[in-house]
Amino acid sequence: MSILINKETKVICQGFTGAQGTLHCSQAIDYGTNLLGGVTPGKGGQTHLDLPVFNSVKEAKQVTEANASIIFVPAKFCKPSIIEAIESGIELIICITEGIPTLDMLEVKELADKEGIRIIGPNCPGIITPGECKLGIMPGFIHSPGKVGIVSRSGTLTYEAVDQTTKVGLGQSTCVGIGGDPLPGTSFIDVLKLFEEDPQTEGIVMVGEIGGSAEEEAAEYIKEKVSKPVVGYIAGVSAPPGKRMGHAGAIISGGKGTAEDKFNALESAGVRTVKSPSEIGQSILEEMPS
Amino acid sequence: MNLHEYQSKQLLENFDLPTAKSVVAFSSEEISSLISELDGEEFVVKVQVHAGGRGKVGGVKITNDIDEIIEFAKDWLGKKFVNHQTGNEGKPVSAIMIAESTTIQQEFYLGAVIDRSSQSLVVMASPEGGMDIEKVAEESPEKIFKINVSKNKKEEFDVLPLVNGLGLSSNQTAEFKKIVSGLVNLFFEKDLSLIEINPLVVDQNDSLKCLDAKINIDENALFRQEDLLKLRDSSQENQKEIEAAKWDLNYVALDGNIGCMVNGAGLAMATMDIIKLSGGFPANFLDVGGTVDKERVAEAFKIILSDEKVKSVLINIFGGIVRCDVVASGIVSAVSEVGVDIPVIVRLKGNNSEEAKKILSESDLNIISADDLSEAAELAVKNSG
Repeated sequence: MSILINKETKVICQGFTGAQGTLHCSQAIDYGTNLLGGVTPGKGGQTHLDLPVFNSVKEAKQVTEANASIIFVPAKFCKPSIIEAIESGIELIICITEGIPTLDMLEVKELADKEGIRIIGPNCPGIITPGECKLGIMPGFIHSPGKVGIVSRSGTLTYEAVDQTTKVGLGQSTCVGIGGDPLPGTSFIDVLKLFEEDPQTEGIVMVGEIGGSAEEEAAEYIKEKVSKPVVGYIAGVSAPPGKRMGHAGAIISGGKGTAEDKFNALESAGVRTVKSPSEIGQSILEEMPS
Repeated sequence: MNLHEYQSKQLLENFDLPTAKSVVAFSSEEISSLISELDGEEFVVKVQVHAGGRGKVGGVKITNDIDEIIEFAKDWLGKKFVNHQTGNEGKPVSAIMIAESTTIQQEFYLGAVIDRSSQSLVVMASPEGGMDIEKVAEESPEKIFKINVSKNKKEEFDVLPLVNGLGLSSNQTAEFKKIVSGLVNLFFEKDLSLIEINPLVVDQNDSLKCLDAKINIDENALFRQEDLLKLRDSSQENQKEIEAAKWDLNYVALDGNIGCMVNGAGLAMATMDIIKLSGGFPANFLDVGGTVDKERVAEAFKIILSDEKVKSVLINIFGGIVRCDVVASGIVSAVSEVGVDIPVIVRLKGNNSEEAKKILSESDLNIISADDLSEAAELAVKNSG
């Protein structure tokens, strides 16, 4: 078991023939992902990476029976692309693109919630179930199938957690990058719930950062609903207030969203926190049930 | 992106929100003729900078004497405005706003922001107008009233909780409904990320009026807000950050002496944190993004080194898709091209990192290779003294 994706997941890609789509889809195929085709309007009927190209998601779904779509289209076109995927009945939408206007996500999220569709991202590295399915831009080789579920707002910081959990011999069940935007399609709580229910996942690593209150809300949830050990790290202890630190969502405003508050919330929920990201692997190893 | 008060006011007027009539002067010479467009005896004069708290350091004046206004303009125009919000560098003053004075019976706060938790637009109002709303939120949160507005059903919201919270009369309620509708339309049509009208006042005629406005616009939406993009005043922004943005580098200046160059925003913050944990002080946040090639590394070095406080540089790259040896060659070329003469500590993780280490150590440059993040941070701190 794993969460959200496995080797059975039938995947298409929106923005398939672009540079990003091409690079990451060919890596996904090499990894063993069940990628069945892609969508680029106007290029329907062509073949790309030995797979069929379709003009619309609807057409792609009819032919391939895809249940997941990974989106690599430029930010200004993401809203119509995500809506097209929702309206075509794709159940899981992974949007990698950075720079989508917040109001576009607000609109898309309302629609997805109404239809019961899950969006992962945007502005994220994607999701991977090691050894089975890679939907994202993460380097596949650092992962290994195993017991730790990883959920993170950051890309490269997730890779640190992956690399360390691989090195200590635990491996990962599924790794989910929920993204650095203020309105993510999937929250920490959504993923924590899935990890708690997943028998393969025996421990959880949660990587947060400054801005918003998603970590505090997750801490409340962990306190009440999560029985598995959780190791937490928050980036941005040294970030100044009022400054956006790269990610659109990473900003301390009005004294809210500090790393200190988030660490405190996690600690009072019984989460083992680490002050240095290089301690993630060893800490989760120590916390794992023997 | 932030707007000046006079620009924000113009936007409010475009959406039929009532404001006090005003003019903007860019030189002291034009003040007399501009003031003739205004009515009334008394005027409120304000410096236009991207910072709040202007009144406390003489950036606001209320007067009926035109000569005093001209003096105020002469004093401020071309100077730097400095307070706790601007930092020591301050912000240049190139415009002065002069508004008709309003007799204030009551002051309210009205604002709107995207609320991450409820994933909707939240419109907030408080009878504690004119004050720092964050302070109100902390000290008396029961005095802040909120409603949620859906993006897909923006006509269907009920202002009653706000009306009751502010204790408005029936005439004012009608005006207030119009103001909130205008505010919501403005927010959605212009891709705002924040709007605050503070204060919203009841004037001498028992009517509502927006006296000050702060507006932030979603940077990611500027591609479709060309008219707003024209309002950008880059003199109010950090020049190094602007230079970095030209190269798609995310840079934020800090006070320390260890320059940082990292791929990924989260890892960049973590790198700063770990420098602090090791007893040092980061000079900046810098995310070089996904493509770590020679050109971008060279530009990143130029920006980091333009800060004279920097005594060592820590490069922390998790080479995901990009091979580490390629990144290492890029770093070596960039260091020699830019002429970096302070120690550069490099930690490369990922594919081909052994090969990368060899390239770095054989370079004959002042480059120190490190294996893990803690070791890299300690080396950077040791070499920054």
